[in-house]
Amino acid sequence: MTRKQRRLVLIGAGALVLAVAAALVLTALRDSIVFFNSPTDVVEKKVQAGSRIRLGGLVQPGTVVRKDVDATFDVTDGKNVVRVTYRGILPDLFREGQGVVAEGTLLDAASFRADTVLAKHDENYMPKEVADALKKQGHWKDDYGKKPGGAKQ
Amino acid sequence: MIAEVGHYALVLALALALIQATLPIAGARLNDRLLMGIAEPVAVVQFLFVALAFAALTTLYVTSDFSVLNVYENSHSAKPLIYKITGVWGNHEGSMLLWVLILALFGALVALFGSNLPQTLRANVLGVQAWIASAFFLFILATSNPFARIARPPFEGRDLNPVLQDIGLAVHPPLLYLGYVGFSISFSFAVAALMEGRIDAAWARWVRPWTLAAWCFLTLGISMGSYWAYYELGWGGWWFWDPVENASLMPWLAGTALLHSAVVMEKRNALKVWTILLAILAFSLSLLGTFLVRSGVLTSVHTFASDPTRGVFILCILVFFIGGSLALYAWRASALKQGGLFAPISREGSLVLNNLLLTTACATVFVGTLYPLALESLTGDKISVGAPFFNATFGPLFLPLMIAMPFGPLLAWKRGDLYGAAQRLTAAFVVALFAMGVTVAITHGGPVLAPFLIGVAAFAMTGAFIDIVERIQLFRQPFGLSLRRLVGLPRSAIGTAIAHFGLGVCLLGIASEAYYGAERILSMKPGQSVEVRGYDLTFDNLIARPGPNYRELVAKFTVKSGGETLGILEPSKRTFTARNSATTEAALMTRGFSQIYLSLGDVGDDGSIAVRLYHKPLVLLIWLGTVVMVIGGVFSLSDRRLRVGAPRAARKPKLQPAE
Repeated sequence: MTRKQRRLVLIGAGALVLAVAAALVLTALRDSIVFFNSPTDVVEKKVQAGSRIRLGGLVQPGTVVRKDVDATFDVTDGKNVVRVTYRGILPDLFREGQGVVAEGTLLDAASFRADTVLAKHDENYMPKEVADALKKQGHWKDDYGKKPGGAKQ
Repeated sequence: MIAEVGHYALVLALALALIQATLPIAGARLNDRLLMGIAEPVAVVQFLFVALAFAALTTLYVTSDFSVLNVYENSHSAKPLIYKITGVWGNHEGSMLLWVLILALFGALVALFGSNLPQTLRANVLGVQAWIASAFFLFILATSNPFARIARPPFEGRDLNPVLQDIGLAVHPPLLYLGYVGFSISFSFAVAALMEGRIDAAWARWVRPWTLAAWCFLTLGISMGSYWAYYELGWGGWWFWDPVENASLMPWLAGTALLHSAVVMEKRNALKVWTILLAILAFSLSLLGTFLVRSGVLTSVHTFASDPTRGVFILCILVFFIGGSLALYAWRASALKQGGLFAPISREGSLVLNNLLLTTACATVFVGTLYPLALESLTGDKISVGAPFFNATFGPLFLPLMIAMPFGPLLAWKRGDLYGAAQRLTAAFVVALFAMGVTVAITHGGPVLAPFLIGVAAFAMTGAFIDIVERIQLFRQPFGLSLRRLVGLPRSAIGTAIAHFGLGVCLLGIASEAYYGAERILSMKPGQSVEVRGYDLTFDNLIARPGPNYRELVAKFTVKSGGETLGILEPSKRTFTARNSATTEAALMTRGFSQIYLSLGDVGDDGSIAVRLYHKPLVLLIWLGTVVMVIGGVFSLSDRRLRVGAPRAARKPKLQPAE
């Protein structure tokens, strides 16, 4: 093989691997990404029933019902409400009135079956998506965004 | 007083770094030995000042000096001593201080052990290293001063985030940073080589031990982090494709590629330009990781609340170093002479394939991690890219790599014999088929992919040692002779075999955990039992127990198998009073390489408790595999070839007469 042919083989192999990777990435991006929606987005964007989304908002106080390992609760952004059902263990930081992100399937415009529930990571932190969604609806309170340094003198 | 000393030491370190960043490089230009000679003592003293600052912050934490804002926010007087110390880097400011401490440490090591490097190269390397250090000192002093005081000091601190109060956290960040920042040395070497416009096989020989050491630390760091997430977060998973995890995986993939391409460069003087690019990329990805984690653009347990100025500052550092080094690369890389020819089927060819697959896999992780950020800033759509994306892209690229891996060491340099290599791998093929057969037989059906993955793992594990077995003529010669031959083999060959074996072990653990695990989620009352994979767990009772800075609710479970009591599991839920937050402590029982994993949910009014129970077969192999990989790396690092040529062994030449 000449120098040129060898180089061609190398470049060809490189291009092949890259093409395969690009194809994989594009199909995966089409099939496996999940959009974040607030309850208002669900209504306004008319998210199709049966689609897989991330739903974020505040846990409406007084709506959490637990039975064994099943739980239902309402997620709100102050304007619209979606009822979430979940079977499993809720995270330690799941509380009424606090931010939550649930991933799962939208059953219809007002109900949602979650397979994953994420709560904020600590007392001072609100998931960014939830904070943005609340700000959009004008329900953002300053103390949600309080940083640990909030007590600074 | 101590805080001010620490602060002042940091300012002095910055001043020294600025000197080190300019004078030695000027000296290398002017060929002035005196100016170049400044680099080494300054690098060492700079390290000492950073160490002083770090010691000052640690002292403040240990003595619970709440007049310092950082200590107030992240510590508590009742916290156990070990977590007071690890709390130093359990927050943004402290972890950045650890970052520069390690950066300065590596600079000092090059200064101390690099006496066999050509003086211009050493001056340039230390100069580039000081540029990085200056940028980060400025960052700390301008936006993240860990020594800031509070005017009226409070009596008690706000405590450290409870999930971070764990021994896993004590070792995970320092190891990870040793890896991340260790790549700064390869980066500095690459930039120095571009500045000099000269690069040869000796360069690769100097760079390889540093890269290998950084790679070993990074591997351990990622592995520790994964194990910490596994037992501390209570979700039973060990890898979530979380952006922050990806941020550490990307430099690992690029670093692994660099490790292999440097071999080609050292042995065959080929792939020079590519190796330089990889060295730049590996550290750029480390910087990117630092940016992603520290700027607060991502939501993760690793991101501490931060303000936007920090993000912009790190972004500037990122743009300067990545943009600058890539521009320098575009400008100067053509000046580097190309070397050694090789056929596509050869050792070089296999290492090129390795690089191709690793960098492409790295690129897919890059896309998956940054695409949501890009999309949000462009269209405002919020998306999440999770495990399904990465399984569909990373998996198909990594699997061919695992299959090709045993072939590489069996191919000759320049021109190899693929058919011959395949013949020599017959034993590995047989073992792989056998492993697949056994898997199918004991699991009855299930997904088709699972036995295949286990077969690939068995193939990689067996194939890794074929070369060694042939070279020492095991079973063909008396055992003693084989053993003597083994001792005589180059350590790097043994290291390669061990590391490749480790990757196979890792895959075996991953496949078995992913496809053959069992999960139960249920609500239990005291006295009730549950069965998983032949183990009976009985919920005995629930007791409250006080801890040093928390209260905990412990559930006692007795584990039995076939009537025989194996032990007690005590998962618990802890409430930390200072932050009014809770954590779940999972309980683990190890049986061979498999584990029973038990974690608690909410306690009901009637005394019942939600329980999540897993049986995870061979799960420990995931982390043991990485440890084996690191052992391989250390073996390789002790190779005579690297020791003789490497900066590490620089003390030896002192015995020889001066040049």
